[in-house]
Amino acid sequence: MTKVKIYVTLRESVLDPQGSAVQGSLAKMGYNEVTDVRIGKYLEVTISETTRDLDSLVKEMCEKLLANTVIEDYRYEVEEEN
Amino acid sequence: MKFAVLVFPGSNCDIDMYHAIKDELGEEVEYVWHDATDLSEFDGILVPGGFSYGDYLRCGAMANQSNVMVEVKKAAAAGKPVLGVCNGFQILTEAGLLPGALLRNKNLKFMCRTVQLKVENTNTLFTNQYEQGQIINIPIAHGEGNYFCDEETLANLKANNQIIFTYSGDNPNGSLEDIAGIINEQGNVLGMMPHPERAANELLGSSDGLALFKSIVKQWREQHV
Repeated sequence: MTKVKIYVTLRESVLDPQGSAVQGSLAKMGYNEVTDVRIGKYLEVTISETTRDLDSLVKEMCEKLLANTVIEDYRYEVEEEN
Repeated sequence: MKFAVLVFPGSNCDIDMYHAIKDELGEEVEYVWHDATDLSEFDGILVPGGFSYGDYLRCGAMANQSNVMVEVKKAAAAGKPVLGVCNGFQILTEAGLLPGALLRNKNLKFMCRTVQLKVENTNTLFTNQYEQGQIINIPIAHGEGNYFCDEETLANLKANNQIIFTYSGDNPNGSLEDIAGIINEQGNVLGMMPHPERAANELLGSSDGLALFKSIVKQWREQHV
C-alpha cells in the first residue's frame, strides 16, 4: 500500500477571502508578523498495488477531479506504508 | 419543444425549473436522473441549482463525473441549448463547457435576495426576448458565485460578446467585471448564477426570468417548425 498526501491550494493569482479573514483574526490577536494566509485542502489517498506509474496516476486524478487547475495548484508527497 | 431537467443527488431547484417550463412556459419537460445515458429525445437541457453531491471537494466537481454529463457534452456539441443555473453554472464550468470557475463569495456569505441584472447581449438564443441594456430583477441564492477567469479568457469573453448578464449597481459576490452569466463561443451553452426559474411569475415577485425561456423556444420554433 502506498499513501499519497495531496495538497490543493488556490493559485497565487486567485484571491483567497477565507485566508484573508483568518489573517485578519490573527492580526487582531497580535500576530502582526503574519503577512499572508492561504487556505487549501489536504487529501490522503491510499493506493493498492498497481502496474501503473504512480506519478502519472496521481497527476491524472488531480487534473481530472481533485483539483480545478483553472483556480487551483496541487502538489503531493508519496509515503510508502508497510 | 421538449426540455430535460437534470437531477443530481442534492439538486434542489429542479422542481422550480420543471414548474417554470411546464406551467409558465407551457412546454414539455421531464426530469432526467444523473445516471441517464441518452438525452437524444430532448431539444434543450436544463442543469438546475442545488448542492450536487453535497458540493463536496468543489461545487459541481463530482456532478461532472456522472454519466449524464457525457450526454450533456454531446448535446452541447450538437448545438442544442444548454442552460446551467447556479450549481448548474458551476457544473458547466467544471465540465469545461464554459470557461473560468466560481469562487467563494468575496464577503464569505451565502447571498439570498433579488438582484438587478443588466442584459448585455440580446443577440443569443437565450436573450432575444429582452431589450439591449434592459435591467431585470432576478433572485440569487449562492455562496460560491464569484466568477473568475484569467486575463486571456476575459479578453476573449469580451471580444466575442460572451458576457450576457452583469450585476447592475451592487455586485453581490465580487465577480470579475460584475459577471453574472456567460455563454460559450458557439452561443448555445449559457451559465448564470441568478435564478430565472424563480422569477417566472409575478406571484414570485418578478416574472423577468420568463423571457429567457421564451427566447429559447422562439429560436427553436424558428429552426424546427
